[in-house]
Amino acid sequence: MVQLTLPKNSRITTGKTWPKPEGATNVRKFQIYRWNPDDGQNPRVDTYFVDMDECGPMVLDALIKIKNEIDPTLTFRRSCREGICGSCAMNIDGINTLACIYGMDEIKGDVKIYPLPHMPVVKDLIPDLNHFYAQHASIMPWLETKTNRPAKEWKQSIEDRKKLDGLYECVMCASCSTSCPSYWWNGDRYLGPAALLHAYRWIIDSRDEATGERLDELEDPFKLYRCHTIMNCAKTCPKGLNPAKAIAEIKKMMVERTV
Amino acid sequence: MQYLTERKRAEGMGAGGQGTHHHWQMMVSSAALVILVPLFVITFANGLGGTYEEVLAYYSRPFPAIVTGLTLVVVIIHLMREAQVAIEDYVHGVAEKLTLMAVTAFSYTLIAAGLFALVKLAL
Repeated sequence: MVQLTLPKNSRITTGKTWPKPEGATNVRKFQIYRWNPDDGQNPRVDTYFVDMDECGPMVLDALIKIKNEIDPTLTFRRSCREGICGSCAMNIDGINTLACIYGMDEIKGDVKIYPLPHMPVVKDLIPDLNHFYAQHASIMPWLETKTNRPAKEWKQSIEDRKKLDGLYECVMCASCSTSCPSYWWNGDRYLGPAALLHAYRWIIDSRDEATGERLDELEDPFKLYRCHTIMNCAKTCPKGLNPAKAIAEIKKMMVERTV
Repeated sequence: MQYLTERKRAEGMGAGGQGTHHHWQMMVSSAALVILVPLFVITFANGLGGTYEEVLAYYSRPFPAIVTGLTLVVVIIHLMREAQVAIEDYVHGVAEKLTLMAVTAFSYTLIAAGLFALVKLAL
């Protein structure tokens, strides 16, 4: 059943306000979600002040500066710092995006940072993505073939390769799935936009020989048909992809093979 | 608490093997309503304002009666299928099954009552 209110132990409280940097003239306020599973406290929002003259332009630069210079207990994932690994996905200024490629000049007022919505939190800005990754694995994200392996390679025409553009670029950051209300309410059964975009990427791969089996696996009222074309996924994708279109294409293929 | 692996949770009981039929039926009824709803509005507006005898005579003509009957059936079935999706979205467990049964029963009762009224007018 849908829950419209948070459980008592998940309600967010006001946290600590850290001192402003001395002598700084260009200061920006950051409000960051904090939760530690070990202290038994409710989540809180801590306030930090960062000297922007001494900080890089991206939100991740500010987070790293806070962790290095103000509060080493602040916990978040990050790796490549250039939008390729998908590790630093979080909710910034109300939008799910990658902190490493989201410029602070795009945000008006205070910078508010929360973990990706509607996922269990491991600590601070780190969501538990185990179920999300398992759903991705369930769509068989690899080339399935039945023909004997060719001597050199599986060939693909330039036109067929082009069909994968706009799909293969997904970095599995989970921004789209965690922005989808259908995934919020039925994430246990609905595969979500990210897994379905990957499913479509393999369904239309000209080299793949398991198209029918892949469609069979998606023929389900929940796995596929919970998508109501809300389009939050396409709006939030930090890589500019359109999972909703990929899902619509799968639905079209489903109809084509039935009607 | 169950010690299930994440993969086991993600796979669940596998694919239900249906969903496309419902999706296609919604497409078909949506397309039908694009034509039926304007026709219904026009025919209903034409019948408005008459005396009891005039309305009886109006609905005994085939075109308004058939348009009204078709609109009634298609709208309610479309509504029932959309309500089914909303219920599956937001209500789970036993409550979901009971609500689905209630909505289905209510929808078919509404169709029966509407058609009965229409037939009484038309014949």
